[in-house]
Amino acid sequence: MTRPLRLLWLQSGGCGGCTLSLLGASGPDLVTALDLAGVEVVWHPSLSAATGSEARARIEAIAAGEAPLDIFCLEGSVMTGPDGTGLFHRMAGTDEAMMRVIERVARRADYVLAVGSCAAFGGITAAGGNEVGAVGLAYDGRQAGGLLGPDFRSGKGLPVINIAGCPIHPDWFTETVLQIAAGAFDARDIDEWQRPLSYTTHLVHHGCARNEFYEFKASAEKLSDMGCMMEHLGCKGTQARADCNIRPWNGSGSCLDGNYPCIACTAPGFEEPGHEFALTPKISGIPVGLPTDMPKAWFVALASLSKAATPARLRDNAARDRLVTLPQDKSLKGRKGRP
Amino acid sequence: MSEPGNRLVIGPFNRVEGDLEVRLETSAETVVRAEVSSPLYRGFERMLVGKGVPDALVYAPRICGICSVSQSVAAAYALAGLAPGRVPPAGRHAVNLIHAVENLADHFTHFHLFFMPDFARPIYADEAWYPQVAERFTAIRGSATRDALPARAAWMEIMGVLAGKWPHTLSIQPGGSTRAISRAEKVRVLALVRGFRRYLETTLLGDALEAVAALDSGDALHAWSQGRKGDFAQFLAISRALGLSALGRTRGAHMSFGAYQDRAGGHLCARGTWVAGAAQPLETGAIAEDVSHAWYAEAGGKPQGPLRDAPAPDLRNQEAYSWCKAPRLGGQVVEVGALSRQLVAGHPLLSDLALRGANVEARVVARMVELARVVPAMERWIAAIDPDEPFIDPAALLPDGEGAGLTEAARGSLGHWLRAREGRIEHYQIIAPTTWNFSPRDARGVPGPLEQALEGTPIRAGETEPVAVQHVVRSFDPCMVCTVH
Repeated sequence: MTRPLRLLWLQSGGCGGCTLSLLGASGPDLVTALDLAGVEVVWHPSLSAATGSEARARIEAIAAGEAPLDIFCLEGSVMTGPDGTGLFHRMAGTDEAMMRVIERVARRADYVLAVGSCAAFGGITAAGGNEVGAVGLAYDGRQAGGLLGPDFRSGKGLPVINIAGCPIHPDWFTETVLQIAAGAFDARDIDEWQRPLSYTTHLVHHGCARNEFYEFKASAEKLSDMGCMMEHLGCKGTQARADCNIRPWNGSGSCLDGNYPCIACTAPGFEEPGHEFALTPKISGIPVGLPTDMPKAWFVALASLSKAATPARLRDNAARDRLVTLPQDKSLKGRKGRP
Repeated sequence: MSEPGNRLVIGPFNRVEGDLEVRLETSAETVVRAEVSSPLYRGFERMLVGKGVPDALVYAPRICGICSVSQSVAAAYALAGLAPGRVPPAGRHAVNLIHAVENLADHFTHFHLFFMPDFARPIYADEAWYPQVAERFTAIRGSATRDALPARAAWMEIMGVLAGKWPHTLSIQPGGSTRAISRAEKVRVLALVRGFRRYLETTLLGDALEAVAALDSGDALHAWSQGRKGDFAQFLAISRALGLSALGRTRGAHMSFGAYQDRAGGHLCARGTWVAGAAQPLETGAIAEDVSHAWYAEAGGKPQGPLRDAPAPDLRNQEAYSWCKAPRLGGQVVEVGALSRQLVAGHPLLSDLALRGANVEARVVARMVELARVVPAMERWIAAIDPDEPFIDPAALLPDGEGAGLTEAARGSLGHWLRAREGRIEHYQIIAPTTWNFSPRDARGVPGPLEQALEGTPIRAGETEPVAVQHVVRSFDPCMVCTVH
């Protein structure tokens, strides 16, 4: 019998929402998933009994290399401010800047997981003028580096695994840990931003219930409308990488299903889109952000063609908060409406 | 062994949401003086300045992963100061439902994951009730966690229907909810609420919700709990054995901003204050933040209130020991939370339990009473939704103006105050519930509610993290990430 995988979870400049999302895991639930993966939680701020000196001792033993660490998870940004001191987050119970603790621990771990876009890239905490100096473990926004530097490799020779999202879907984390536990997570399993491919081979667009509206450019005009939100409402679903409309949130939902746009929260820099989140920036009426891999001329040509061919049903429904014109079986010609 | 004049520094103080440090001066057997420190600063108020006004609804929920919807509701109410429209009834019900799902989930999570595991500590190994409690509530491994997590996940499926996802929805808007529901979704949401009711009635509370909500005195609660199955009755037995009603006492005022708006502009849980046993109206203009003991630059002069003041972070304040500001109501310390809400609402059981001051037991009982009171209200809101009616008034926001968004998160009163000019945010201030409860001292040297509650807390021989201190701190269900927004 091998020893359990030891997991340490720390939080810094963030909201705790990735942990809270994770508590909603189902099939299996979080503690069952960790148990089945053979993971022992050395310490987690929301879950563990150990507090104060006992918690510090466990963290310090790892940082000093006296106790092994298989998986290190950071949730929240690394706070480097003010002026590089890191004192915007002092580790409770110590005089040490949290960023120093994070660094010492990360360099001892076999696998380092940045849980959420804050820990990966800086995220929402880095918005505005980023007065707090929020950075990710291995990125500062789109710039490689972050706290650990661009060449960082964990004990198993991997870069930081960026489970980006604001928040993460619980499965994005549990699948990564189950893969690690099975010895089945290596360099083939991450994308160009070091995110697990388990969820970033997809675009948010995939499986979006509005796809038919998209195809015919039948657009929503305001939040709550049923139509495609790309043209007017800032939706980045055709560019954003995640499986949100294939793997439902909280049983059945997604941002798009909630009738508000995708803000590409798995992407570095999503927190400063350069425009109002729910407003599509356009040049001469054409959205600036086109679907991934789509040549602009083709998009413009196809869009005008499909707009001309929009079925009445989609035109009727696009700018409404519920369907007003329903699909009808054409073989029942002559019969009006429902029985 | 604690010697007279000893100092204890407890941190990281976990199973609270976010970062907390508690510093104690102790005599041989009790806490003499407490300082509560929030060691993290996040900077949302300054981040929001200059953003387009609607973007507040993207940033604000991300202040907090546990009270995300409460932050959305407060922001939407504040933006409503710039909205000419009126929220249609179905939209009001939908927002109340989304908000209640989060608030009750927080009570549920707090009880099972944050609060109860402290009774499974080895220090209690000699107590008669220990073996059962250790089996049920040991952190991570206890059977209660295995039972509660799936029940909680099923409950949060209501968010998948009504709000797209949780945390961090954008469905809550000044005009209502973006997500209209169908006739089929209406019955599905009701089924999810009923499923949660079943868990509460069989496993947590052990009785009909209506019976729990109707308990009207400490004696009635005690009689009800005798021989009863369920985790709440187990807590009450422990509480009696350990004297938790005498622990974590505060004797100040309580406040509620009002939770779950009704048609007439009132609330299911009333807005007001509770001072010396009597409910009084709330003067929102009397709210101001003191930064004499926090790492912010003092503007000089009298605090003007959150619609005008915007203190900047400044580590040079030598008196400071926290990133938490010290909000005061008319200069007075006030406590907020489920207990405060039920005191303001005049609930007879909580009024009785808090007769000699708020305490650990009363704070926990109040959460159970809220679960019992609010779930039936949710069933009524669902029934009142007409799926053919609008859920949102889409009127555009005015470019200039100001607004105050006041609501109740699970852990107490939450307010957002904003001023807008030419469609941009010019000023944004947030006062979160735990900012009230875990505030540092003010300019007059008056300690915040937790600091007061900790004075006199007993310490057992040799304790470095006194278990009674842990009960007191966690009885407030603090959210530190909100506190230091």
